[in-house]
Formats: sequence, structure tokens, C-alpha cells
Amino acid sequence: MKPIWIIAKRELKSFFDSLIAYIMLIAFVGFTGFFTWIYGSDIFFIGQASLQVFFEISYWTLFFFIPALTMRLLAEENRVGTIELLLTKPVTDWQVVVGKYLSTLILIVIALALTIPYYITVTNLGNVDHGAVLTGYFGLLLMSAAYISIGLFASSITNNQLVAFLITLFIGIFFHIISNVISQSVSGWSSQLFNYLSIQTHFNSIARGVIDTRNLVYFASLIFLGLIGTEAVLTRRNLSE
Amino acid sequence: MDIVVKNFTKVYGTQKAVDNISFQLKPGEIVGFLGPNGAGKTTTMKAITCFTAPTSGDILVGGYSVKENPEKVKSLLGYLPESNPLYTEMNVIEYLKYVAELQNIPREKLRSRVAHMIEVCGLEEEKHKNIGELSKGYRQRVGLAQAMIHDPQVLILDEPTTGLDPNQIIEIRELIKKLGKEKTVILSSHILAEVQATCDRILIINKGVIVADGTYEELSRRATSDEILTVGIGGCSFDDAYQKLKSLPTVAMTDVVSATDFIFEVRSKEGESSIKPIFDLCVENHWYLTRLTPVETKLEDIFRNLTAN
Repeated sequence: MKPIWIIAKRELKSFFDSLIAYIMLIAFVGFTGFFTWIYGSDIFFIGQASLQVFFEISYWTLFFFIPALTMRLLAEENRVGTIELLLTKPVTDWQVVVGKYLSTLILIVIALALTIPYYITVTNLGNVDHGAVLTGYFGLLLMSAAYISIGLFASSITNNQLVAFLITLFIGIFFHIISNVISQSVSGWSSQLFNYLSIQTHFNSIARGVIDTRNLVYFASLIFLGLIGTEAVLTRRNLSE
Repeated sequence: MDIVVKNFTKVYGTQKAVDNISFQLKPGEIVGFLGPNGAGKTTTMKAITCFTAPTSGDILVGGYSVKENPEKVKSLLGYLPESNPLYTEMNVIEYLKYVAELQNIPREKLRSRVAHMIEVCGLEEEKHKNIGELSKGYRQRVGLAQAMIHDPQVLILDEPTTGLDPNQIIEIRELIKKLGKEKTVILSSHILAEVQATCDRILIINKGVIVADGTYEELSRRATSDEILTVGIGGCSFDDAYQKLKSLPTVAMTDVVSATDFIFEVRSKEGESSIKPIFDLCVENHWYLTRLTPVETKLEDIFRNLTAN
């Protein structure tokens, strides 16, 4: 357990030292703030004391931001060779994977926490459905957790950060858009299957305040698959190359 | 701490990088791993440090198997990988602290341990700099510092002196020698002089097989059994000395090194020594010896003999 935390701490520090964290946090808060309060179908346009707009915007913003955060995690270690240094320390492959994973998750939690003033503001504007806000945040967190897992996996299979970024977006787009589109254009069980695969389905359901076991199982499986896949890639060095 | 390598084989795809090698190291031994590029040195080191698992065979460090107890093995050894990869965005102190934490050094000892390594490796002036700003020599010191931070019983150094200037090389060698008194050290190199200067024992590996194992003296004795002497003679005529040397019963071959200074290279017949006959020859003819020195076989020659096809 301790090595996981040591690794996570270093990664998190590296996010802040390299300014990536600051850029990401400012961009995220600025971007979501802009669309939630100032532009387009913002809160004043809708005229409801709800954070629905914010969740919608964050849903997309995080989709693009997370690959940019995860791309470095293992690809850079592969490129420079520090992975050899790390894995010859008394840590297991799994601890490295989880440590790296947690570092990014913590950064996302910080980003989401920075938007709590939005919630406080909206509460002062009118009657807010507190439950829906809570589940909305929960949904964003689960979605981020799933994408970080995918991003980490993509980062593990290459030594090029850009490739890792694109692979993550590519896999992400499937869950984010394509599966949704496919489910609408086919019918029967395959429609249901693609509907179940779509992150949108589960996110909407959770954001509406309905947290079903099906949703939780979905996100848990994505996270778990990503982490297991990453560990398998790290362990693969034993077989060849 | 003992290292036992038992029938270690590593196969990459269809290529056998290391083929069934076995050797043992005793505590306090400094062993030089020597071989041409691609011989399997790095592969063997990666297996000892648990970075890659053996295809077959096993490696025991202090009695712990790299297959069953990799975490334990990893905590016992310090490793400096070949290209000395480092986190360039971290500063020296931060980085050493990070490694120390990963090595389970208790919190209260962390500071003193890092400070000690900085002192030992001569990084005092650079400790607040980012590793990316350091010159190659200083990076190498950081690499050594991180390998030794937890005071490991075993040090595995893959080409520790590449990229260093001559002064630094000597410093690092001294450091390794000092450490080697209480630790087991394996270092790989293709610089023969380095291995000769630092190591108690030399393992020469070629194409995945150990081709020689022994001290420098043992290896050089094995490489050339014939005695070669440089002989300088005075107080005679050149032709006379040359002919008489040549006709000594123990001499197999005589070469002229310098005709003006009367210096010859004399190779004795197998298993025989020409030192006494040469001396006696000089006494008989009232000559005098200006020099009589055995020519040492260099490690280069041994190496070339053993690794050339």
C-alpha cells in the first residue's frame, strides 16, 4: 500500500512541477465556468437553479483533458528507460500501475473540487436538487476514473506521448459517441449491447440521480480492465523484447 | 551476500540471448562482467535485478529466488542500468528522497541517508539542480547514489563509467573498490582496463555463454602458457648476441625489438623458462643485462582470443 502512495505522490508533484496541473485546472475551471455562467445555454438562459449545464460541459471537457494527462504516465518512462529503474525497486507492477492511476484521479478530484463554488452560487440562486448535484459529481468522477484507466493503458503500450493521447481519444470516442450512434442505428439485442457500452447511457442515468448497480458494474469493469491491461503490458517484458 | 545463478537461460523470440549459464559470487567479491556488445551481459543483469524473468533456470540473491521473492531480492540490491535513466524534471535531493522512500528507508533516517549519499558521491554543489541540467558525469553520480541509497548488500552496475572524464572514472573506480570490501559488486564493461583495475574476478561472456571465469592472473596464465621475455644485452656484438640467444635450448623464437640498443623479445618453448639460461649465457660471455622483463599478456589479448571466432 505504501509504495502506491509514494508513486502517486511523485506523479502528482510532477504534474504540478511541469505546470500541466495548473494549466489543466485553470483551463477546466475557466472552460466550464464560461459555458455554465456566461455563454450559450447557460444557467441564466435556462433560468433554472441546476448544474445540469456544468455537468454536460464537464462531460466533454474531461473527455479531452484526461488523455492529455495520462499520455505521459508510462510512455515517458518507456521512452527514457526510467521504467527499468522503477520496476527494479521493491515494488510490484500492480503498485506502479495503481500509483500512477491514483495520481491522475486525485488531480481530477482537485479539478472537480475547484468547481464547488459553482454549486454554492447556484444554491443561493434558487432551489437546487442537492441529490442530483451529488450524483452528477459522482458520475463525472466515475467517467474520469474509467478514462484515466484507458489512458494509462494506452500510455503503457507506447513510448510516444502523442500516440498514447490519440489511442486514448480513439478508444474514448468509441465509448463516448460511436457506441451510442451504433445503438441507435441497429435494433434488437445489438442495440441494447451498444447502448450498454455507451458511457453516455450510464453517465446520464447517474447524473439524473438514478444510481443502478448496472452503471456501477459498467464503470468498475472499465476501470478494472484498463488497470489489468496495463499491468499485463508491464509484465509482458518477461516474455519477449 | 551470495549470488547464485543456476542454468540461467533467456530467450527473446527465437534468439537465445543467454544460454544456460551458471556461476556463483561470494560476499565481498567485485566481479567484472566482460564481453562484446550483445553478448548477454545486460540481459543477465536485468534478470538478477528482477526486471525480466529468466526463461528457464533460476537466480538466487542471498538465498531468495528472483522468481518467488522478487520484492525481497529487489530490496537487497542496488542497480545502475546501462543508460542511467533518470527523471530529468526532478532535482537531485527530491529524486534521491523518492528512491529512498521506495526502498523503505524509515522516515527519520531519510534526510541523513540522502545527505550521506550526496556527500559520498560528491553532489553537494548540484543538489538543488534539476537532473536535466546536470552534465553526464554528475548524472552518473546521481545514478550511483540512487543505487546505493539503501546501503544494499549487492550492487549491480551496468557500465558505470561510460561518459565520464578520466578523473571521474578514477574516482568512481575508487568508490566501487571501497564499496566492494563489504558488498558484492557486479559491474559490466567493455573497457578492459577498467575491469582489470577494479575487479577481483573476471567473467567473460560471449554469445550468451561464459567463456572464461577467474582472476586476472588465472586468465592471463591460461591465455598464454609460453613465457615471453624482453631481453636487453650490453657489451657484445649484435650478431653474436642474436645468434647465441637463438640457439639456447629453451628458446623457441627470438625477435629483434631494437638493433641499436640490442633489445630482443624471446619466446620460450612451451612449459620452459629461459631466464636462467639467458643469465648464464651473459655470464659466460662477459656480457651484461640491460633488461630482463617478462611481457605480460594484456587482458585485451585474452579477451580477443576468447571472443573471436
